Amino acid sequence: MTRLKILAALISCLIFYAVPSAASENLNGAGASFPAPVYQSWAYDYNKATGIRINYQSIGSGGGQRQIVNRTVDFGASDDPLKPEQLKKDNLIQFPAVIGGVVAVVNIAGVKEGELRLDADTLSKIFLGEIKTWDDSRIKTLNPKTALPAKPITVVHRSDGSGTTAIFTNYLTSVSADWKSKVGEGKAVKWPVGIGGKGNEGVANYVRQTPNSIGYVEFAYAKQNKLAFTQLKNRAGSFVNPGFDSFEDAADTGDFDPKKDFYTWLNNTPGKNSWPIAGATFILLAKDKTAQSAKAAKFFEWAFKNGDAKAKELVYVPLPKSLKDKIRLYWKLNSIQ
Amino acid sequence: MKRKNPFDLSFSLLTAAASATVLLLMAGIFIILVKESSLSIEKFGIYKFITTVDWDPVKEIFGAATSIYGTFVTTLIAMLIAIPTAIGIAIFVTEAAPNFLKGPIGSAIELLAAIPSIIYGMWGLFTLAPLMSRYIEPSLQKAFGDVPVLNILFQGTPMGIDILTASLILSIMIIPFTASISRDSFNLTPAVVKESAYAMGATKWEVIKNIVLPYSKLGVFGGIALSLGRALGETMAVAFVLGNKHHITASLLDPASTITVTLANEFTEADTDLYLSSLFYLALVLFILSFVVLAVAKFFLLRAERRYSR
Repeated sequence: MTRLKILAALISCLIFYAVPSAASENLNGAGASFPAPVYQSWAYDYNKATGIRINYQSIGSGGGQRQIVNRTVDFGASDDPLKPEQLKKDNLIQFPAVIGGVVAVVNIAGVKEGELRLDADTLSKIFLGEIKTWDDSRIKTLNPKTALPAKPITVVHRSDGSGTTAIFTNYLTSVSADWKSKVGEGKAVKWPVGIGGKGNEGVANYVRQTPNSIGYVEFAYAKQNKLAFTQLKNRAGSFVNPGFDSFEDAADTGDFDPKKDFYTWLNNTPGKNSWPIAGATFILLAKDKTAQSAKAAKFFEWAFKNGDAKAKELVYVPLPKSLKDKIRLYWKLNSIQ
Repeated sequence: MKRKNPFDLSFSLLTAAASATVLLLMAGIFIILVKESSLSIEKFGIYKFITTVDWDPVKEIFGAATSIYGTFVTTLIAMLIAIPTAIGIAIFVTEAAPNFLKGPIGSAIELLAAIPSIIYGMWGLFTLAPLMSRYIEPSLQKAFGDVPVLNILFQGTPMGIDILTASLILSIMIIPFTASISRDSFNLTPAVVKESAYAMGATKWEVIKNIVLPYSKLGVFGGIALSLGRALGETMAVAFVLGNKHHITASLLDPASTITVTLANEFTEADTDLYLSSLFYLALVLFILSFVVLAVAKFFLLRAERRYSR
């Protein structure tokens, strides 16, 4: 009877799937999409080196936070840090894993990368819709030598909630009282002007296609899409170009404090060469699941030791050595590892 | 009463159970949506939620008006473009085209319906949007710039990422549905009736107008209702080219947002309970909206059917 055979096959299939396979050497993580490429490539190398498999699902920071709070994953990842009170409430610990910079990119005929200079004031006024054309005197005074068209500015922002937006709006909020009262900060905000692209790639695309536009993306996307990023004036008063050096400088001068569970934004750090808009992306571990958390910490310890080159290859900024040591101490203090 | 064959009985029970799952699923989805959105329903109520134009995650003020507006406008324009085109295609394929063309065109329409929406979205973003912003929209502005009232529709910088482009993509996506269903119902017109009309000396146009169209009205309506459902719920293609902005605008060259696009964009990172709940509320609004629209379409269909069968 073929029909019986098919039935038997079906049932055996069901039983096979119902019984979970032994998952002792697996580690599951979920969260932010921005660092997903580097986590996944670290996981690949880690698996080759130790045989332990790390599954990282890039489902967004909000999802990562929710899943670790519900303890459905072994580690969560989030682009925006949780406040120490929040961590205490959910019995979590938090530490940074890599650093990324957010850059402003423009599409103006004849303007090359790193050519246009902006400061906090002009940038916030452009995104507020107060500066409407590229030949506005406020932009011109910063760029006396650059030919700027008398064309309206098209602002491009993220349409989806994202850590990139959180970093960018946190920066604008910290430098502009107007922005703070009118818009505020968050992973999604009510943009006064502009069009919304989905994901970093969406914003990069809109900027590339729309003449006289400005947008903000993670540095890696500006690089890959060969977009003209701008210089920005930092807190020390100097104009800097985005790049590993200026991001590292921001990380060095950032206020990472283990007592506050590393809660900080790398915006407007005081270093002389610091890029003003940057942020770390964070890992969340459950305090009560010591065994799994220790395994996750071991993975990141391995990545801190062996993963810097890979991170740089993917245009992420590795953590400075001093910060790595602080994290190791923090693990010990929280009796993990 | 005759005793039923046990095999027959179990078979009919099985089919009944299968169709019951449809109702259960519908009810289940509805209940979950209501439950998840209860926080937002409590906070904003029904009238206020639907009429508020603010969508501000920072201040936690959520209103559906902009998304509902975007959904309706894009769907309406898409239907305006798609219905005449689709019926034209169907008439051509069934009545006017030479025989050797009927097959290929018919299959082409069906193939068009099988293309995943993300591909339409990518094509829209990379090909259609630049064409729109460079050629079509500036010439529309030139043509209507001095016409009162109409010029309001074409205000602003032509960016190609706007309501017009999104509606155009949407119309291309729903044409195959309407066209292939209309074609099938045109084909159902009895040849005898048509031939009798021709025998009476009717021209081709008269046959189409007086015989084929009235005869197949039902099927055409059905096709329209189906594509209406698809247009209301379409997400990915629209998300690529609509510009995702929460506001109500008269200009077709402005970005906007629809309910599904808002959901797709903002679900993953909705970090506060009220935010998430409001997104569920938005989904509930769409659920009821599609339900009502399709129910209305079905109602007209039934009425037409009754009148027709008389």
